[in-house]
Amino acid sequence: MKRTFATVLAGQALPLREVPTLDLATLGQALQEKLAAGARIAAYFAFADPTSERDLRVMAVVAEPGDGTFLLASSPLPRPCPSLTPTLPQLHLFEREIAEQWGVAFEGHPWLKPVRFSGSAASEALWGKLAPGSGPFFAVQGEQVHEVAVGPVHAGVIEPGHFRFACAGERVLHLEIVLGYQHRGVEPALLGATSPRHIALLETVCGDSTIAHTSAYCEVVEALAGQAAPPRAMAVRALALELERLANHVGDLGALAGDVAFLPTAAFCGRLRGEILNLTASLCGSRFGRGLLRPAGVRFDLTGKLVAAIAEGLENLASQLAPAVELMFSSTSVMGRFQDTGRLPREVAQELGVVGVAARASGLALDARAQFPTGIYRFFHVPPATWHSGDVFARAWVRWSEVQRSLTFLRELLGALPSGAIEEKLPPLASEAVAVSLVEGFRGEVCHVALTDARGHFAHYKIVDPSFHNWPALAYAMRGAEISDFPLCNKSFNLSYCGFDL
Amino acid sequence: MWKVLAAHVKQKGGTFPYPASLPTLAERFRGLPVLRPERCMPDCKACAEVCPTAAIEVAPALRLDLGRCLFCGACSDACPTDAVSFSREFRMATRQREHLVVSGEQQLVLAEALGEKLRRLLGRSLRLRQVSAGGCNACEADANALGTVVFDMSRFGIQFVASPRHADGLLVTGPVSRNMELALRKTYEAVPAPKLVIASGACAISGGPFVDLPQVRNGVGALLPVDLFVPGCPPHPWTLLDGLLRLLGRIRRDQPARWPMLETS
Repeated sequence: MKRTFATVLAGQALPLREVPTLDLATLGQALQEKLAAGARIAAYFAFADPTSERDLRVMAVVAEPGDGTFLLASSPLPRPCPSLTPTLPQLHLFEREIAEQWGVAFEGHPWLKPVRFSGSAASEALWGKLAPGSGPFFAVQGEQVHEVAVGPVHAGVIEPGHFRFACAGERVLHLEIVLGYQHRGVEPALLGATSPRHIALLETVCGDSTIAHTSAYCEVVEALAGQAAPPRAMAVRALALELERLANHVGDLGALAGDVAFLPTAAFCGRLRGEILNLTASLCGSRFGRGLLRPAGVRFDLTGKLVAAIAEGLENLASQLAPAVELMFSSTSVMGRFQDTGRLPREVAQELGVVGVAARASGLALDARAQFPTGIYRFFHVPPATWHSGDVFARAWVRWSEVQRSLTFLRELLGALPSGAIEEKLPPLASEAVAVSLVEGFRGEVCHVALTDARGHFAHYKIVDPSFHNWPALAYAMRGAEISDFPLCNKSFNLSYCGFDL
Repeated sequence: MWKVLAAHVKQKGGTFPYPASLPTLAERFRGLPVLRPERCMPDCKACAEVCPTAAIEVAPALRLDLGRCLFCGACSDACPTDAVSFSREFRMATRQREHLVVSGEQQLVLAEALGEKLRRLLGRSLRLRQVSAGGCNACEADANALGTVVFDMSRFGIQFVASPRHADGLLVTGPVSRNMELALRKTYEAVPAPKLVIASGACAISGGPFVDLPQVRNGVGALLPVDLFVPGCPPHPWTLLDGLLRLLGRIRRDQPARWPMLETS
């Protein structure tokens, strides 16, 4: 029997010719079977066929949690091209993205609109000239139905995006989320030979996940070069990644408290978040971990003094954080607002392909650190933290559980740091190959896929931020909710605009 | 109530008394660069070759543009003679774009206060609307940090407000993506005059890592007149607060006394 998928492990490169070519219908069928068996689509993108300039191919990257492997298959895109979204809802945004980038009019797609309003020639051919955020929006009919438009510029100090609510009174019937305002064109800027600018672009593609995205880039480059980072560098990366998770989770817990006007926890967590950022700065000089990572290594080593200072900082943090957060969870007025608000049922989370904190809060134990471990996570385990209720409370509680598990992990790691070098020399990248990386950032899994050409340069680079999977889940969680609950719901997902917009 | 007080007792740290005292930043923090062109070896371009944003140049003279600099430190790593290094000096905001370019002779010209009239109007109460125009959420996050108890910008009467109509100016972050151009212009127009524009971070000043990409406008200066440039990727909250206080005339140029702080990291 012909193989349907090629199997590749994280950290390995696969020659492109070994990726099986299926026809689109067979690919759709194979994806359905895999998803029914519990796998998820990590990435799905189109690229110019290397064998014939004018043709397009799609590549599907399936994350198979059972044995921690990635399954790859590709298919030529026929014209006209049928949409797979009706049978595979996880592909909804991926197909819209391909339509915008390559001008493919997927027939039968339920809502074929651009995702980023990039104004590309392909997009113009399909939809004409569109201003960012332009409609049509999904309209709800009825005498009492009205629309509420929010954004792109919001009331808080946050990124821009447009939210279009269809409401009957205070009740939200439908929410359409329109993004693209932050589009900077990062993916095309990564094509060609690796350059110092790549790291700068990856560090800022989604700034609160600097370490997650830069790690994903480094792992892809290392896989293609056949040179892993030394163990000590892996440990430093894991330390930085967990500090990033701690800072963001603590910040989010404080912001959730702030959104329900519970100011003590908001104030405590706001300050403690800064303390964690300062620990990252003590490691590499930047509060966001910038300048730390390089392919095949890290730029800053841990001294004995620094390890002791970070360990002490974490203990200080732990002792102040517990009373601050427990205070919030023991307040009935907070719990009254958190519980049953913005519910995302487990089955919906699974169908939409939701990842990260939001998935775990709906009872799905997805965590790349446990399922697709790379680097130091192969040796030190972090059990996924889940909760079953899928509401704002669950998303807050999962964050709090993860904070505690990260602290435990870091205690263990700092007590058993590998010795040795922190950097290796990077060989040239393999030519005509593909590599995948999956890194569990604080929001969820960050997936990078790179394809190289005959010279070993990037011919295609795909970034999938967890927000790309999760924005539709926020829209779903608002169905039937009070519109005044939106800020709280939005905060409980805390998705990235720039990570989505790229 | 008692539970809140009990939790409060367990919290450490409070507001840091800036500008009366100077905060101690991380040992590895990279702030104001120190250039020593006399140490450059002939024809050496090591620093310029590794710079991700072409912020540093060696010919005709060793110069570094803080408006483009990401403070990654790649240049000082690459320099064989320590002609480029980074100090822990965090005060770096300027009023003019060209003041951000430093060289062996040309020191940074720190921001001067607004004129008398504007200072009387805004010096004790400044309301800002923040607009992220392609910002990566790091500049935004560290602008938010000014609201935490450590920095507590509200003790100077500085506050972020929800509407541009309530604001005295804009704090812009990000390289200004083309898709945010219109929204940024409209937000600016909605601010009543006289109004200020503050460009915070390498992106807002020059485009930062995204400089010259077709989807961005290389910073807010391409669209609006800028009153304050705050370098960094992202600027440290102290850098931003210091810039705001200087703009409002709340810090004299020679205060606090330890300027320039030239110890290198």
